[in-house]
Amino acid sequence: MTRLSWFNTVSLTLGFAFLYIPMIILVIYSFNESKLVTVWGGFSTKWYGELIHNEAFLKAAWVTLKVAAISSTIATVIGTMAAYVMVRGGRFLGRTLFSGMIYAPLVMPEVITGLSLLLLFIGIGLDRGVLTIVLAHTTFAMCYVSVVVSSRLVTFDRSLEEAALDLGCSQTDAFRLVTLPIIAPAVISGWLLAFTLSLDDLVLASFTAGPSATTLPIKIFSAVRLGVDPQINALSTIMIAIVTIGVITASLITKRQMVRQRQDEQNAERL
Amino acid sequence: MTVPVFEPWNDPEAKPLIQFQNVTKRFGVFTAIDDLSLDIYEREFFALLGPSGCGKTTMMRMLAGFETPTEGKIYLSSQDIAPVPPNKRLVNMMFQSYALFPHLSVWENIAFGLKRENRPKHDIAERVDEMLRLTRLEKFARRKPHQISGGQRQRVALARSLAKAPKLLLLDEPLGALDKKLRQDTQFELMDIQEKTGTTFVIVTHDQEEAMTVASRVAVMDNGKLVQVATPDRIYENPNSLYVADFIGDVNIIDGTASPSGQDQYSLAWKDGLAPLNVSSTQSFSEGQSCHLAIRPEKVTISAEEPTGADNAVPGRVLDIAYLGNISTYHVELPSGAVIKAQTANTRRIARRAFTWEDPVWLSWTATAGVLLAD
Repeated sequence: MTRLSWFNTVSLTLGFAFLYIPMIILVIYSFNESKLVTVWGGFSTKWYGELIHNEAFLKAAWVTLKVAAISSTIATVIGTMAAYVMVRGGRFLGRTLFSGMIYAPLVMPEVITGLSLLLLFIGIGLDRGVLTIVLAHTTFAMCYVSVVVSSRLVTFDRSLEEAALDLGCSQTDAFRLVTLPIIAPAVISGWLLAFTLSLDDLVLASFTAGPSATTLPIKIFSAVRLGVDPQINALSTIMIAIVTIGVITASLITKRQMVRQRQDEQNAERL
Repeated sequence: MTVPVFEPWNDPEAKPLIQFQNVTKRFGVFTAIDDLSLDIYEREFFALLGPSGCGKTTMMRMLAGFETPTEGKIYLSSQDIAPVPPNKRLVNMMFQSYALFPHLSVWENIAFGLKRENRPKHDIAERVDEMLRLTRLEKFARRKPHQISGGQRQRVALARSLAKAPKLLLLDEPLGALDKKLRQDTQFELMDIQEKTGTTFVIVTHDQEEAMTVASRVAVMDNGKLVQVATPDRIYENPNSLYVADFIGDVNIIDGTASPSGQDQYSLAWKDGLAPLNVSSTQSFSEGQSCHLAIRPEKVTISAEEPTGADNAVPGRVLDIAYLGNISTYHVELPSGAVIKAQTANTRRIARRAFTWEDPVWLSWTATAGVLLAD
């Protein structure tokens, strides 16, 4: 271990303080006894208790999870297909146009995407609810999945697919038995990305959600406008905890896999 | 007792397993294969040899079914294979990168092709075990490809491509990723396996030593054309062109003009102003035709005294010595400044070496030692 110079220490401290002080304050205040968010009234977990009995929040949380799970799954399927065609389809007419158009929603302001979807849904007479949010999130997340998967496909050794064909696979079998298992980590991270994007999306959801279904971000946002309730702090703390656990688990798993792979390779050379 | 010689290419009755008939392959404006015809026979170990970009890999990929010829036809057992997709051909390929499936164990990699044929489980297991024995991989069946060494991966790739008992096995630079020692051992293993299984092998390589070692016949390619197709010894001893002579092994090229001096005998006047050289050649040359004498360094004798009775002898001075352990190559400078390489086996310890730098020496060779080639 090398000792950090004073300059690096200061930069590191400032950087982390900037990122995490707001969140730490939020977590601390979620254990506040007082009803006033800004006044410390002693330690308590009562807001967590109240949160569990808050029907509106629970319902919104359920809708959010449902929307995230469905839309990220559809987005993963379509996004993977799109990536495959873009990387492997060879040169076909309009390829450049298509690949540009797949990535366009990445840079498009969400407000515009949301508005155009809203107009479309009204135009075709689709009632706004879970279905419309799912459609909106799928559209939006698909291009992220496609970016993640195509970056993996670009480095994919093409001869693996040729070997599968050579050994008697049809094109579909080669994809199912060889390509898909190998690019699975990229597909999974694409799914996770789509899931997270859907979980915390506010803009698209507010355009496409209807009275029958609201997502958690909308619920929180509208609740905060009426004044910050300590329950929101508790809810946010739970979300931070879930995300933290997820990230730490994922990185631990990756690290363990890397260590094991390196050991395997070293053992292999020694034989 | 006479052992029958394996040379179906000299038998007019023999039916070739593979026939290339005037095959041309173009990629856009680039012609990779140019009007090429070639017959390859059953049980042959055939090598396609050439520098990178000469079209040898394209030939192999057309046989595997990953490319289709632009013009001409390719027959496998007298059947046109152009419309047959890769997964329906009785041809398997061993890839340069091995292309082992990283998510499957060695056992499952070898079983992969067999499972596609919907064979009974029992049959598959038996065949995989047979392949593991053949390639001495029994101990590694449960390992994943990244858990074995490079040499073992190469053997897994071979076992996988042989498992379906193809009529024809294609090997794309199969030993390119191995170090020299392992490569030499593996060459003999490959020949052994080829003999045991009786499969026809077509190997693509840019390594002439490898091609010479393993192959029954070698095709030397350049710019999408076959330059010479012959047995390794004929390719080496009787190259049909300057390109082949230069590509295979080490060679001295002497430019000059020929004039006939008897039955199959020529005297070669060369620009270095020394006495004309005596050369015998079965190929005929006209008076004054410019040509090249290709002569291998090991066929040039180096001596301290002027040799008596040699067909050709020239004096020179030792310029450089390349000591390779078993042999030494002497670079000898002639009075005119031209350099000729002579090779001798180091049968004595190096301290007793007869010549050293700057020594005046004589080079000599017989009239039949070299090959006279036209432009």
